[in-house]
Amino acid sequence: MTYSEVAHFAQTWGLALLVAGFLAAIAYALWPGNRAKFEHARRLPLEEDDNGRA
Amino acid sequence: MWNFHKLLEKHTMILIVGILIVVSLGGLVQITPLFFIESTIERVEGVRPYTPLELAGRQIYIREGCYTCHSQMIRPLRDEVERYGHYSLAAESMYDHPFQWGSKRTGPDLARVGGRYSDEWQRDHLINPRSVVPESVMPPYAFLQRADVDAGRAAAHLRANRVVGVPYTDDMVANAAGDMRTQGDPTAADYDAFTARYPNAVVRDFDGDPSRLTEMDALIAYLQHLGTGVDFSTYEAEAPGNLR
Amino acid sequence: MTTATQPVGRDDPWEAIPIAAIAVLGALLSIAGAATAEDSRFAVQMYTAAAGFVFGLWALAYWLANRRKTQPTKYQDNVVKAGVIASMFWGVAGMLVGVIIALQLAYPNLLYFADFGWTNFGRLRPLHTSAVIFAFGGNVLLATSFYVVQRTCRARLAGGAWPWFVFWGYQLFILLAGTGYLLGVTQGREYAEPAWYTDLWLTLVWVVYLLVFLATLWKRQEKHIYVANWFYLAFIVTIAMLHIVNNLAIPISFSNWFSYSAFSGVQDALTQWWYGHNAVGFFLTAGFLAIMYYFVPKQAERPIYSYRLSIVHFWALIFLYIWAGPHHLHYTALPQWAQSLGATFSIMLWMPSWGGMINGLMTLSGAWDKLRTDPVLRMLVVSVAFYGMSTFEGPVMSIRAVNSLSHYTDWTIGHVHSGALGWVGFVSFGALYCLTPWLWKRQRLYSLALVDWHFWIATLGIVLYITSMWVAGIMQGLMWRAYNELGFLEYSFVETVEAMNPYYIIRALGGGLYLVGALLMVYNLWRTARGDAPARADEPAPAAVAAE
Repeated sequence: MTYSEVAHFAQTWGLALLVAGFLAAIAYALWPGNRAKFEHARRLPLEEDDNGRA
Repeated sequence: MWNFHKLLEKHTMILIVGILIVVSLGGLVQITPLFFIESTIERVEGVRPYTPLELAGRQIYIREGCYTCHSQMIRPLRDEVERYGHYSLAAESMYDHPFQWGSKRTGPDLARVGGRYSDEWQRDHLINPRSVVPESVMPPYAFLQRADVDAGRAAAHLRANRVVGVPYTDDMVANAAGDMRTQGDPTAADYDAFTARYPNAVVRDFDGDPSRLTEMDALIAYLQHLGTGVDFSTYEAEAPGNLR
Repeated sequence: MTTATQPVGRDDPWEAIPIAAIAVLGALLSIAGAATAEDSRFAVQMYTAAAGFVFGLWALAYWLANRRKTQPTKYQDNVVKAGVIASMFWGVAGMLVGVIIALQLAYPNLLYFADFGWTNFGRLRPLHTSAVIFAFGGNVLLATSFYVVQRTCRARLAGGAWPWFVFWGYQLFILLAGTGYLLGVTQGREYAEPAWYTDLWLTLVWVVYLLVFLATLWKRQEKHIYVANWFYLAFIVTIAMLHIVNNLAIPISFSNWFSYSAFSGVQDALTQWWYGHNAVGFFLTAGFLAIMYYFVPKQAERPIYSYRLSIVHFWALIFLYIWAGPHHLHYTALPQWAQSLGATFSIMLWMPSWGGMINGLMTLSGAWDKLRTDPVLRMLVVSVAFYGMSTFEGPVMSIRAVNSLSHYTDWTIGHVHSGALGWVGFVSFGALYCLTPWLWKRQRLYSLALVDWHFWIATLGIVLYITSMWVAGIMQGLMWRAYNELGFLEYSFVETVEAMNPYYIIRALGGGLYLVGALLMVYNLWRTARGDAPARADEPAPAAVAAE
């Protein structure tokens, strides 16, 4: 495995994998099924049973 | 307490592995090629490892934080080349562990300060910068003149450099302590052997006190060496091997 | 989850044994180091370390003796309290050193001595940068991460005494690094100055920090991991990677502080700025964004604007940041392709950075009026605005043509401080103002008027600081490249130094004001913790609160 082979892989398949990964992150964020989960998560800091306040 | 059975807990593992992959890529793609692409460092004549005394001076340069105010990297811009000299080559710092390119010029660039000023000027300036440059904001370093350089550690410094790839020979390591003293003493017996080991090394009493080998000697020896290695009258910047 | 049934607050005493072993081993190694030291600098460092380990043993014994005397609590908050106190202490110390070195550049005989160099600019400057970034910022991150992970996981901090090991181990790291700088012990790498043994110690402490954080996540009572913890995790993991790679070095002996970096020249330069830029990206950005994602919603009493945006901008931010390092090396001997790659990613970085800013600011939509009445929230929100400003300025400065002017000048210093004072400082102050009444169970802060004073004094300080550095930096950059009508360079270097003087004075004044603001905060928080806040008529009597 030479440097130029690695560089070639990075510039072709590597790039495609990164784009796929980024699309996966966006899909995860926008997936309708996750809406309820995120709505719950969004309120997590505000729903503490003991926030330490006297 | 650590809940080792949960080591593979799904969500944290996705997060950790995801983070690790994402943050490793940049470094792998940017840094590792520099070790493999041959044109990263130009092929030049004249860059040699530091002499033991210069190396000790370099340690003082690092210790005193000179890099916080002085760069050692001349950019290929018209004004910089006119002010400081030929732009810096990667080859000129290839034995610098660590590099000292710097990031701020509260004081001027020092990449080619070697030979620009006399030893006397350097000494006076280091003792009290404002005695020679009234507008200077540099701290004084008079205490260097009163501290002896530890020649006993010279070989250890060369050996550690060899581990990280600086081509010091067995001969250089064996003579390290003697070479350190020789460079500060023009009357020393092994002058010829020393200059054969370190071509172009300047041998003289740098700090004006021949009776001692001080940190002032070492720092001035280092400064006077900076940027003097490559002969730019024969360097061809446009040669194919030097284009990056 | 299963751990829900275990009693809260009873820490296992057996966990003290490995900690004691580490402290004893550390003390023995330090004493051996001191005995064989090749110079006085190393000896002083080793005696300092030995004293630290002995103190650690005493602290451990104290913990063991007192652990059953106190009421068990749901959350481990004492270590968070310690982090809050340490943050205040190191913050004031680091800012004070900053004001001193600013004054040294304006009045260059201040604290300069002929006989020793302990207080020379070159030694104090790493002390300032490390104290504010790693000591102040690091303790804020330790304290807030331990607080936030417990609250958002609804689980007590894992590891019993180990969080205390992280806290005190980190203070020992700061002590060794800071006293080392004064002695001249440094690696000569910006923001990575501590010597090889200090680096090794930090590595151990950091791995334990990661494990404590992870183990707390593992016992969470919530299925989903709140996004602030993602940022904390990215910060801890990435800093570990950067720290280890950038500090690879060969010491000249085990009895000497000096070491030679594993890399040299151009490779060393890129490794260092890969580290240096991502210390900004992951220590000063990801970590403090985690603070934003918890404390801004909390103080505004509104959920974060968009959780989806937080996910996308998290992954985009950590992916893009790591490539941006080469913009510190424009026009240097670094190959051109690496410079272009770094600049491209730096400009792209603008987008996820502003994603974070928008998410923070828009959390207030519908509640902007709170900015008038709540100075703590105002501090948090203004910090996010400064974050937006510096993450816009940064990409601009990474453009080669701009960088050719700004590099090596005080413009860079101004840029760093708009991020450090405006973003990191203000978001930290905001978090400390929130945490102190929560942790010490007080109704409110001792004085909101003092918070207001802190806010305005510090804001004025920042404005003076960054405007003076803009003028100084751009002016010096232009003077360096100015030619006279005969085609010669117009100014000698020292003439450009002389021209900086008025701006250095203004900068020192700005830094001084910022320090005064921090001192007001310390006073305010100290009175708050003591319980000196006056009761308000519209609230229940204190007795009712105590019975809760």
